[in-house]
Amino acid sequence: MSATTHSAGYSKTGIWSWITTVDHKRIGILYAVSALLFMVIAGIDALLMRTQLAMPNNDIISAETYNGLVTMHGTSMIFLFIMPLSAAFFNYFTPLLIGAPDVAFPRLNALSFWIFLFGGLLLNSSYLIGQVPSVGWFAYANLTLKQYNPTHSVDFWVWGIQILGLASLIAAINFFTTILNMRAPGMTLLKMPIFVWTTLVTQVLLILALPVITVACVMLSFDRAFGTGFFDPGAGGYVLMWEHLFWVFGHPEVYILILPGMGIVSEILATASRKPLFGYTVMVYSSCAIGFLGFAVWAHHMFTVGMGPWANALFSAATMLIAVPTGVKIFNWISTLWGGKIRFTTAALYAISFVAMFTFGGLSGIMHSSPPIDTQHHDSYFVVAHFHYVLYGGAVMALFGGIYYWFPKVTGRLMNETLGKIQFWLYMIGFNVTFFPMHFLGVQGMPRRIYTYAPDQGWNLWNLVCTGGAYLTALGAFLFAVNFFWSLWKGKIAGNDPWDGRTLEWSLPSPPLEHNFDVIPTVTHLDEWWHRKYSEDGKRKVLAPAPKFDPSTIHLPNPSFWPIVLAFGILMIGTGFFLPDFGNAIAIGTSVTGALIVLGSGFAWAYEKP
Amino acid sequence: MLDTHPTGSAGAAHAEAHEAHAHPTNTGVDNRKFAMWTLIASECFLFGTLIGNYLIHKNRGIDGPKPHEVYQIDITTLSTFDLLMSSVAMVLALYYCNARRLRLFQFWTAIVAVGGLIFLGFQYFEFSHFVLKEDLGLSRNIFASSFYLLTGCHGAHVTVGVIWMLAILTTSLIKGEKWFNSTMVEVAGLYWHFVDVVWIIIFTVVYLFVYV
Repeated sequence: MSATTHSAGYSKTGIWSWITTVDHKRIGILYAVSALLFMVIAGIDALLMRTQLAMPNNDIISAETYNGLVTMHGTSMIFLFIMPLSAAFFNYFTPLLIGAPDVAFPRLNALSFWIFLFGGLLLNSSYLIGQVPSVGWFAYANLTLKQYNPTHSVDFWVWGIQILGLASLIAAINFFTTILNMRAPGMTLLKMPIFVWTTLVTQVLLILALPVITVACVMLSFDRAFGTGFFDPGAGGYVLMWEHLFWVFGHPEVYILILPGMGIVSEILATASRKPLFGYTVMVYSSCAIGFLGFAVWAHHMFTVGMGPWANALFSAATMLIAVPTGVKIFNWISTLWGGKIRFTTAALYAISFVAMFTFGGLSGIMHSSPPIDTQHHDSYFVVAHFHYVLYGGAVMALFGGIYYWFPKVTGRLMNETLGKIQFWLYMIGFNVTFFPMHFLGVQGMPRRIYTYAPDQGWNLWNLVCTGGAYLTALGAFLFAVNFFWSLWKGKIAGNDPWDGRTLEWSLPSPPLEHNFDVIPTVTHLDEWWHRKYSEDGKRKVLAPAPKFDPSTIHLPNPSFWPIVLAFGILMIGTGFFLPDFGNAIAIGTSVTGALIVLGSGFAWAYEKP
Repeated sequence: MLDTHPTGSAGAAHAEAHEAHAHPTNTGVDNRKFAMWTLIASECFLFGTLIGNYLIHKNRGIDGPKPHEVYQIDITTLSTFDLLMSSVAMVLALYYCNARRLRLFQFWTAIVAVGGLIFLGFQYFEFSHFVLKEDLGLSRNIFASSFYLLTGCHGAHVTVGVIWMLAILTTSLIKGEKWFNSTMVEVAGLYWHFVDVVWIIIFTVVYLFVYV
C-alpha cells in the first residue's frame, strides 16, 4: 500500500479508522453507503403507498400514516438519497479528476459527512416514536404550526432539514474552494472534466440557496418553540412567505439534484462512444446558465396562489427560457453518441436512458411553465409523473449509471454486466410502468397526496398498473443489491482503466492509493488521460514513463475524531428543541451542552496538528 | 481571468514560510481565505433574507409598540460607532501581525474583542430595555419577532467573532513570537469586517429608515 505513515496511534483498518478518517475517498464511500441505506427506507415508503393505492377504498394504511409516508418518501429521497449519493461522487472523484491530493479542507469534509449522518438519523428517528412528519416535503405553512401539528412531527422535519442543510453548506464551501484552488498545473477551467464543472455549479447553487431555507426553518422553529407568528395570519404573518422562501431554495434544489447527474452522464457517454463530449464549452455555458436561471423561476411552483398576471408572466417566461440551455445539453448528448463506436455497457445504458427519460420529464415541465396549463395540472398526478421523470428517470438513473461506471475504480472489481443489464431493464420498464400512467391519472383529475379514492372515478386500472411497476422496480433494486455484494466479493478484477477512460482517475490504480497521485500530473489537454494514450489520429501511443516518485514528498493529513464530536454537538443543539416536554431546564441544558461541545471540539480541532 | 497558472500567480509568493501547508493555489489566494469569501457570499443571502423578512413585517404588528416608538437612535449610534472602531482595530491588529510586533498585535486583537463585547453589551441593554420597559418580547408582535431574528442573528455572528478574536489572542499569548499567523488573522479579519458591514446595512435599514 501507501509508502506514507500517519502519526502513531492511528490504524488503517477497523471501525475507528472509518470514524476518524479524513480521506476524501473513504468519506465518499461513507456517503454512498449511507445514501443507499436511506434509499431502502424511502423506497419502502413508496412501496407502501403504492400498495395502498393499488385498489380503491383500500385500508391497508391509515390516512395519517399515508401523509407521513408521502412526506418521508420525498424528504428522504431528496435530502438523504440523491444529494448524499451525489456528494459521494463529489467526494471520491473531484480530487482525482482535477489531479489534487485531497480536498481543500479534509477535516471539514469529515465534519460534513457526520453532520449529514446525524441529521438523517434524527429525521428517521421520528419513525421510532411514531411522530412522523406528515406535512409534505415542502412543509407548507400554516399546517406546520403548533396548533395544527402539536406533536414533534414537524420538529423532526425542521431540525432534520436544518442540520442536513448545514452539512451541505460546509461541503459546498469545501468543494467550491477545492475546484477553484487545487487543480493540477495546466488544468485551466476549460480543461476541467465536465463532471467537475457541473459539481462546481451545484456548489454555487448550494452556497446561495441553502441560507434561504435556513432562515425559513429558523422562523418556523421559532413559531413552534417560542410562539412567534411569522406564518400565522392571525398574528400578521404571511402564509405565502413560507412558500416563497421555500421555493427560492426549492427550485435551485431541483438543479442541485439534476446537475451532478448531467455531469456523470456526460462522462459516461463520452467514454462509451469513444469520442470527446460534443460541444464541451457549450455544455459548460449551459450548466452555468441553468444554474443562473435556476434562481429566477421559483414562483412557477406557485402559479395557482394568485400572484397576478405580471408575476405569472415573468416566471413563466424565465421557466421557458431555462429549457434552452437544457435542450442544448440534450442535443449535445445525442451528438456525442452520433458516429461513435458505442459500447453498450450497463453504465452506458443508464446514461442513454437518462437522456430519454429526462427529455420526457423536461417536456412535461415545459407544459407546466404555462400558467393556464399549470392551473389544470396543479396538485394532480400529472405533476407527480413529471417530477419523477426528471428526478428518477433523470437524476437517479444517472447516479446508478455512475455507480456502474466508477464501481471498478472504487473497489478494484467490475460489477457483473449481465446482471447489471437485467437490472437496468427491470428499472427502466418498472419505472415507466409506474410513472407513465400517472400522466393519464393526472389529466383524469386524480389529485396528489390522497390516501384512497372511490371506485367509480375511472382510476382503478392505471393505479393497479402503477403499483405493478413499483414492485418491478423494487425487484430491480433487489437485483442491484445482489449484484453489488456479489461483485464486491467475486467481481472480475478491473485493472486501472477498464472502460478506456478519458479522465485522470483512470490513470490511477483501482482502488487509488491513499495519497491519490504519486506525482501531481501536469495537464495539457481536456480529456488528459485520453491524449496520453492516443495521438490525434487515434493511434495508441506508448505511455510516457511515470515521473520519478519520492515518497517523502507525500504529506497526508492526520485522522481526527473531532469532526464526529463536533457534529454530535450540533445534533444535541437541535435535540434540545424536542425536550421542553420534560421541562425547560432539560431542553435548554441539552442545547447549551451541545453548544459547549461544539465550542470545545472546535478549539481542540484548531489546535490539533492537521 | 480567474484562471492563473499556479506557479505564475503573484499572490502565492506571499505564502508564509512558517506555514507548513502553504501550497500554491490556482487563484493565488490561500484556501482558508478563499473559503471565507465563499462563506461571506452565502451569508449575504442569509442576511438578505432576514432583512427582507424584516422589511415585509415591520409594520404588520397587530398590537404592541411600533418601530418608531421603541428605537433609541442615540444609543444605537454609539454602538454602531463602537463596532466601526473595532474594525479599525482589526486592521491595526493585522498590520502589526504582518510587522511582527507582538505586543501591539496582541493589544489590538484584544481591542477588537473588547469592541465586540461592548457592542454585545449595548445589544443586551437594548433587548432588555425593549422587553422590560416597552413590553416588547420576542412573540409580542411580528415586528418584534422579525427585529429580534435579524439583530439577534447579527449578534450571534458578533459573538462568534469575539470568540475567534479571544482564541487568536490566547494562542498568541501562549506561543509568542513563534506564532504570527497572518493568514489566520486576515481570515478572521475578513469575517469581522463583513459582520461590521452587515451592521451598517442593518443600522440604515432598521434604525434610520424609521425617519424616512
